[in-house]
Amino acid sequence: MDRSHYTSFAPSAPLAAGAQAPDFTLHSTPDQRVSLREFRGQPVILAFYPADWSPVCGDQMTLYNELLPEFRHFNAALIGVSVDGAWCHLAFARDRKFRFPLLADFEPKGAVARTYGVYRHSDGVSERALFVTDADGIIRWSYVSPIGVNPGADGILTALEGLSKQEVSR
Amino acid sequence: MIQPATAPRLTVPINEHDHVLGPITASVTMVEYGDYECPHCGQAHHMVKQLRQLMGHRMCLVFRHFPLTTVHPHAQQAAEAAEAAGVQGKFWEMHDVLFEHQYALDPSDLLQYAAALGLDVPRFSSELARHIHAPRVREHFMSGVRSGVNGTPTFFINGMRHDGSYDLDTLVDAIEAAMGAVTGHR
Repeated sequence: MDRSHYTSFAPSAPLAAGAQAPDFTLHSTPDQRVSLREFRGQPVILAFYPADWSPVCGDQMTLYNELLPEFRHFNAALIGVSVDGAWCHLAFARDRKFRFPLLADFEPKGAVARTYGVYRHSDGVSERALFVTDADGIIRWSYVSPIGVNPGADGILTALEGLSKQEVSR
Repeated sequence: MIQPATAPRLTVPINEHDHVLGPITASVTMVEYGDYECPHCGQAHHMVKQLRQLMGHRMCLVFRHFPLTTVHPHAQQAAEAAEAAGVQGKFWEMHDVLFEHQYALDPSDLLQYAAALGLDVPRFSSELARHIHAPRVREHFMSGVRSGVNGTPTFFINGMRHDGSYDLDTLVDAIEAAMGAVTGHR
């Protein structure tokens, strides 16, 4: 990955509705990689969070794990992203029985968070930020929560409902 | 555009399907979303009992299920057991037993509690086996998700999510403030 590419294109504010979601490829496990473009054709929930194992992140991801059937109802894929490494993600996901991928925005550190405008330079972690993209990879909703506050899932579900209404009216 | 979080308000009002303790006409209603296997809810259970003693008929309590099944593998079955006891008129009795035995929630334990409460055990057992009450538990869960319940326990006082600590003093203060808001003074 070319570091200068990411720094030069890093937006100063979180990407908002209407923007194309920047593509990326990150490790989901030590030997597997996942690209955003693989999910083209379905809505994607991108959940950036500061750190594996932290209490708020654990609660937030546990809640989303519990809601996978509802997300599936909208044919939506859920992806968690933090700057933790793939081995750390593996241990965290096993411990919490997560059934969705956690991606390692690890090297260059926070590169993907930077392209989405949600990297916290002072802390070296990403914001607690949510993006919902449509089947064409366009961001349709985004939200940055105060770092210590679990944003819950109501906003995600409302965004997904909005997408499916538009699909119907097309 | 970055949108603000939806205001944390109870989206599904108290209705005839809810489990209610105390007069529905009380000036303060507290809704708890909880999980029978969650240790924090277990601690909160004792506090809620003290709170009910303190408040008496001035407060109405509602309990809704919010089982986090991947971290608490017994929570779903326990919530269904409370519902199964509820259709036999013993929801709150089972609710207390479950919170007092958070570490013994295996199917055999649940049957034992049903028998001890004098329930029709074959009926109770059959309803659990067929997951008759699973949809109701999921309704509770989703009503919580849509109201900003992100973990357990979560309390709503007169429909507003209580974001402070849930020790007795803090909740009493929050409830008295809500009463003041209703009656126009503190």
